Amino acid sequence: MEIPYTIHPRPDTGVYNAKLGVWLFLASEVMLFGALFSSYVLLRIGSDSWPHGYSILDWKIATFNTVVLISSSVTMVMSWASLMLKDFKKYKLYMGLTILCAFIFLAVKAFEYNTKFGHHLYPSTNTFLAIYFTITGLHGLHVIGGIFVNSYLWGPGSKMWKTQPERFTNRVEVAGLYWHFVDLVWIFLFPVLYLL
Amino acid sequence: MGQKEKSAHVVTSAKKEHDKHESEHHELGFVRKYIFSQDHKVIGIQYGITSLLFLLFGFSLMMIMRWQLAYPGQEFPWKWLADFMGQANMPGGIMLPEFYNQLGAMHGTIMVFLGVVPLAVGAFGNYVVPLQIGTIDMAFPKLNMTSYWVYFLGGVTMLVSFAMPGGAANSGWTSYAPLSVIATTGQTVWLIGMVFLITSSLLGSINFIVTIIQLRVKGLTFMRLPFFVWAQFVTSFLLLLAFPPLEAAGVLQLMDRLAGTSFFLPSGLVVSGQPLAVSGGGSPLLWQHLFWFLAHPEVYVLILPAMGIVAEIIANNTRKPLWGYKSLVYSAIFLGFMSFIVWAHHMFLTGMGTTISTFFQTTTMIISIPSVIILTALLLSLWGGSIRFTTPMLFALAFLPMFAIGGLTGLPLGLAPPDIHLHDTYYVIGHFHYVVAPGTIFALFAGIYFWYPKVTGRKMNELLGKIHFWTSLVFINGVFMPMFIQGLAGVSRRLYDGGAQYAHAQGVLQWNEFMSTSAWLLGLAQIPFVINFFWSIRKGKKVEANHWDATTLDWACTTSPPLAHGNFKVVPEVHRGPYDYSHQGAQSDFLPQNQPGEA
Repeated sequence: MEIPYTIHPRPDTGVYNAKLGVWLFLASEVMLFGALFSSYVLLRIGSDSWPHGYSILDWKIATFNTVVLISSSVTMVMSWASLMLKDFKKYKLYMGLTILCAFIFLAVKAFEYNTKFGHHLYPSTNTFLAIYFTITGLHGLHVIGGIFVNSYLWGPGSKMWKTQPERFTNRVEVAGLYWHFVDLVWIFLFPVLYLL
Repeated sequence: MGQKEKSAHVVTSAKKEHDKHESEHHELGFVRKYIFSQDHKVIGIQYGITSLLFLLFGFSLMMIMRWQLAYPGQEFPWKWLADFMGQANMPGGIMLPEFYNQLGAMHGTIMVFLGVVPLAVGAFGNYVVPLQIGTIDMAFPKLNMTSYWVYFLGGVTMLVSFAMPGGAANSGWTSYAPLSVIATTGQTVWLIGMVFLITSSLLGSINFIVTIIQLRVKGLTFMRLPFFVWAQFVTSFLLLLAFPPLEAAGVLQLMDRLAGTSFFLPSGLVVSGQPLAVSGGGSPLLWQHLFWFLAHPEVYVLILPAMGIVAEIIANNTRKPLWGYKSLVYSAIFLGFMSFIVWAHHMFLTGMGTTISTFFQTTTMIISIPSVIILTALLLSLWGGSIRFTTPMLFALAFLPMFAIGGLTGLPLGLAPPDIHLHDTYYVIGHFHYVVAPGTIFALFAGIYFWYPKVTGRKMNELLGKIHFWTSLVFINGVFMPMFIQGLAGVSRRLYDGGAQYAHAQGVLQWNEFMSTSAWLLGLAQIPFVINFFWSIRKGKKVEANHWDATTLDWACTTSPPLAHGNFKVVPEVHRGPYDYSHQGAQSDFLPQNQPGEA
């Protein structure tokens, strides 16, 4: 006997196991980042002075990064859609673009961090920078995690397309849900840290 | 993921390959079968053994502390043990205050995160839930294995922290900032250990929820689930949603300790007469909010599975349906929901303001309602039953008044005015230990005696079990009841000398020796259990698969069901609610859930 609903959805719930699993995982991630954003609010209203994000951080380069990340979400959907249309070559292309965007994002982020360190701005400098480095750092770790997953699905993991196309498409869908979440966190993070 | 691989593999392969695959299953090596196992039953047993060892370890820490509390500053009687603790901790056999603090912090951490929760959720949940919903395994077996091993790593990390310079974490299990931020290295290791434990529960909770939603067999609707499954279901949601904020808090505290940030450090902090060289501007209260946002739901993580176990055992041993099954279920759900908005009743004395206190004492009063409904329903279930006083039933019955004492003594703590007097006294210690020790841990013992025949095919010895029960019941009350007396007199918790140097404690000091003696006798009272546990594996009385004449699906499969998805020979189908005992006009006094027909 084998575990049911690993590929096809259970009729009364309408989802397959992994999809439900990843949604639950994302719920917990909401709580994780929610706690950090709440900490931001609490620290900010409790402090005597709080710098405007744009006075310390480079909002222009971050806007560029926002565009990069949103584009990667679009290519991620395209890669999944390509699989649904049985076009494996296009899948490879779009998934490759997604990973490329993730690397560009990280490179820009590294450049930003480096500039801050160059100006002697560290997490220990003040509470604003502390929360900035912590939240963006944790988000960066999520991006790195996404790169690992997506690269696996682009490279060695894509062999599954030949043997179990449906299951492979599910995997890409689930990875996509996670990737959109990483994107979404940034969309909250960007205005809160850079613009307010 | 891996199971998907296997399942799809079988679906798409030809018959020949299928056979090969099957034979591979049978030839799993020892390591894959018993150590890095992906079978929910083996993982459940792994969780069980590990967490029982941690319970013993955590209890031992307390038994050592109780020497210092009963006879402050006197030489420890067992020289070898004092030597083992080291000269840095117990020079000349006399416990140092720093070491006392380590023992206290680690006792709490180990009992809660490494003992009770892994036993209640990891062990019982893993072993019983898939059987009770009639499935062959958890939804994600590889993930299940990972949760166990991450938990194990977390446990090892906590143990290793004792070997750090300055010893283990010593800021209490609550790790309040700023004390914890400036504490010795052990605190960093504690935080890393917590990150492991949080990750483990996170993986586990996702697995449980998906399993319960997706893998229920045909006919097993939500309102036909055994209450134990419901309890695990709600518990999993609490773990899933309450733990991440603590993870966030842990990350922030790690940043404070390692990167020099000041999330929890206010401006102008002076340590040992020196101003602390940090940027400041942080909030110590923030830690408490984040910590209790986890730790209050955690209380219900500790208690809900215990209630589930007790419900199963009471229905089975009274031979009648649970009274108010639906009320039990709705109460458990409501309890789970409410547990997210009561956390700040731990913080009435922090100066957070009376408006917030009013809100949280109101929600706290509201959350007592579902707890009382559950307890009352369980109590009323006894009415008119012909009760079998088996060992598991004795423990389950004792759970009711013990948990009631724990719960009712919590009410004055939930109201801000009496809490001003009682906060941080031994009264609090007495209160939550009644909930967790003679409450939850008794329920867990009940569960061990109850499901032991399912796991091993043999029954634990009744006489030893009854000795274990009665002695434990007497001594555990001897430990915790006097705490209320001391607490009402105003004796603070976490005192190195048990209050000896305080004038207001003098009238109640004599109880310290009494409590310590009770604690040591309680330790001795566990010896019959340990003997029984190991002796019965080989020598216990052999019993049938459905030894207790129970109705739920876990008793419909064979004893110690075969590994590798062999729980059920045929996938069962469910035709009735979980507790169809003493059905009028039926042949026997119990109708298993998978029995078709009206009666």
